Amino acid sequence: MKLLYFAWVRQKVGVAEEKLSPPAEVRDVAGLMAWLATRSPGHADAFANPRQIRAAVNQDFAGPTALVAANDEVAFFPPVTGG
Amino acid sequence: MLTVRVQEAAFDPAAESAALAAGRQDVGGIASFTGICRADDGLAAMVLEHYPGMTERALEDIARQAMRRWPLTGCTVIHRYGRMLPGAPIVLVLTASAHRAAALESCAFLIDWLKTSAPFWKREEFADGTERWVEAKAEDEAAAARW
Repeated sequence: MKLLYFAWVRQKVGVAEEKLSPPAEVRDVAGLMAWLATRSPGHADAFANPRQIRAAVNQDFAGPTALVAANDEVAFFPPVTGG
Repeated sequence: MLTVRVQEAAFDPAAESAALAAGRQDVGGIASFTGICRADDGLAAMVLEHYPGMTERALEDIARQAMRRWPLTGCTVIHRYGRMLPGAPIVLVLTASAHRAAALESCAFLIDWLKTSAPFWKREEFADGTERWVEAKAEDEAAAARW
């Protein structure tokens, strides 16, 4: 699974991108965030409050119950501030 | 005609507007919105980060929605990324139509939706060396929801 991080999520995690193989019990975006939070102090800090974080699965915005699979590209970021 | 670009370089609103009317006689008006970097609170620069790939898809999707919803002859959305100094243009929305209502309404729709649906993030740098990420505003969500 390809993970991408943007804005302060990227700064806290410490990398912009990583390839990981989450365990089988990680089925959705919320589960993935909970698992990622266990990976390092930076991840734990970034994912401390999942409600502040938005996600995209394969470049479409996705809610916490959206399913994730091994070959997906999943991105985490704060609410967007373009325009 | 639908034009969507995500670029670091500056854009020329007059040239983009002329392109929407060039060679056609059915364009009655072109509405435009140019978003410009303000210098609030001693801001020295604004850095825009985006999600390459998803950004282009999201902007095209929003522009296509506008083309379906209003009788437009053309639509241009250009959004910059990178480091912007105060006064620099950041985003351009142009909508062309036979009549003004469609052009004005769809232009407002597009800029409201860009604020809440395009994967960009703004980081503000201040003259004293501090920086902060711009937080999403509830009023922007409300503005997009009215459409």
